[in-house]
Amino acid sequence: MDLLRDAVAYVRDDPERFRRAVETHAQLTLYALGWALLIFVPLGVLVSRSARAGPAIVSAVAALRVVPSLAILFLMEPLLGLGFRPALIALTALAGPPILINVDAGLRGVPGAVLENARGLGMTPSQSFFRVQLPLALPAIVAGIRSATVEIVASASLASFVAVRTLGNFVVQGVTTGNEAVLLVGAASITLLALLAELLLGGAERLVTPPQA
Amino acid sequence: MATRTGAAESHANGAGRAAGGSAIDYVGVSKDFGGGGRSAVSEITLSVAPGRFVVLIGPSGCGKTTLLKMTNRLYEPTAGRITIDGTEVHSLPAPALRRQIGYVIQQTGLFPHMRIGDNIAVVPRLLRWDKARVAHRVDELLDLVGLPPAEYRHRFPAQLSGGQQQRVGLARALAAEPSTLLMDEPFGALDAITRTRLQGELQRIHRRFGQTIIFVTHDIDEAVRLADEIVVMRDGLVVQHGPPLEVVTTPADAFVAELVGADDVLRRLSLLPVGSAMRPLDRANGATGAALPAGPTVTRSAALRDALGTLLESHEDHLTVVDEDARPIGTIDLETIQAVSGRAATGAEGVSPHADVLRA
Ligand SMILES: Nc1ncnc2c1ncn2[C@@H]1O[C@H](COP(=O)(O)OP(=O)(O)OP(=O)(O)O)[C@@H](O)[C@H]1O
Ligand SMILES: [Mg+2]
Repeated sequence: MDLLRDAVAYVRDDPERFRRAVETHAQLTLYALGWALLIFVPLGVLVSRSARAGPAIVSAVAALRVVPSLAILFLMEPLLGLGFRPALIALTALAGPPILINVDAGLRGVPGAVLENARGLGMTPSQSFFRVQLPLALPAIVAGIRSATVEIVASASLASFVAVRTLGNFVVQGVTTGNEAVLLVGAASITLLALLAELLLGGAERLVTPPQA
Repeated sequence: MATRTGAAESHANGAGRAAGGSAIDYVGVSKDFGGGGRSAVSEITLSVAPGRFVVLIGPSGCGKTTLLKMTNRLYEPTAGRITIDGTEVHSLPAPALRRQIGYVIQQTGLFPHMRIGDNIAVVPRLLRWDKARVAHRVDELLDLVGLPPAEYRHRFPAQLSGGQQQRVGLARALAAEPSTLLMDEPFGALDAITRTRLQGELQRIHRRFGQTIIFVTHDIDEAVRLADEIVVMRDGLVVQHGPPLEVVTTPADAFVAELVGADDVLRRLSLLPVGSAMRPLDRANGATGAALPAGPTVTRSAALRDALGTLLESHEDHLTVVDEDARPIGTIDLETIQAVSGRAATGAEGVSPHADVLRA
């Protein structure tokens, strides 16, 4: 309990410092997510349409996922230096695989008979994509976005290693100075943020899932 | 077909209007999927007159689906020509062509993410009908297929039974009042009772609107019950094309004979509806709505076997055949039934018994 009280005191002591860290963390997350969607959703669509190259690309990307987040950040450092931009690029790259893989799987998962039926009723290829295939793939796509977001929220903490003051700063500071209250401020806020993302996107996922038989 | 549409049904708002049917002609149509095997469809030439209900039947892989899908260009023929009302199907962009043709397939036909109303509205929306007209049409169609709109409009397909889903599939195909319906085993996955009921509904709709229907099935009972004409296919070829009575009583070869169970008299009698063998009433007589003659009646969709039973039981020399609205449309007696049941014993002899019956 003392620990909790100390943690609250630490936040109260300089609310502006805490607010800025939350803001940076959220900003970094949202920007990375935005770029990842912009890049990897269309890429996933392309990949899903290629019978041969598609599966190969997807497995390559899946294999890339074993590279730890921290390693990506450190790999970026000599290339791009310190600051918001390299952190953003690293996080965007990190969010890519779950999005790409789920977009591909979701679109491929729509039965051929359903798509043929869409054509049979007189839909053009683009009508069949936007009115049938994409909506039916949405649950899988949103699930991919959800895991990507949670991953970004968690990994944004590591941005403090490239000198971006996210909530991760409190964790690093807490660990290096042995101050558990500060560590708790960081860890708890990151967890809450991740939970929030999980909750929101989980809701979105249910929203786009049609009732099952 | 126009004569089938009663004046009482033709009120102004769409549902009562006879859409009429298109003439569909296949000339030397072939489809080769490559890969060295025989063609899925080999030089089929087939004429379907406007408003006919044509049933394609034959063993799995004989090319029924392929022929159907070439009609709305889901498949492109390797050779030959398909015309609808004289217009070659290739002269239109494929989506425009398909919007004029109703298409119903087995199961999976409905879009699971769209509510029932939206599923039915697919083609009208593609055709850019205005909102009010679409909404009106959706309700009209739900009524037509026996699903109360208020209750079903907002449901999702998964919230309907298989039979109800198939009704919606039919409603969706009818949405833009197509003059042609292509149906690929639409009732194949349903239980026998539901299937019979839906067959009745489809017949009712066909009588009312007179579309040309090409219907694929595996089930000879279904074929005989529904068809004006049966097309028997095997190995990509048409082996027989004729009215149900002819196919059942005069199978073209041993293959067709086996398909229809021709060596079994009772089987044949239970297959054929009374309407296919009756002596039609004199048209003038029927049109003036002559009073129902006294004596036993039988509906035209009942099996000949039942008619035979009723006839023997009643000790009358004939039965009056009535349509679904109990209007007399013909008579049937022992002689007409014998003409049908005796035929198979003599086998394929090349004379159309249908013609016999009509002459009698
Ligand atoms: N898309 C396709 N690619 C390659 N071959 C095909 C394709 N569609 C059908 N075929 C082949 O063409 C032949 C006819 O198939 P089709 O689907 O028309 O048969 P069917 O009469 O509808 O059979 P079923 O009663 O089982 O539905 C079969 O040998 C089938 O393997
Ligand atoms: Mg088939």
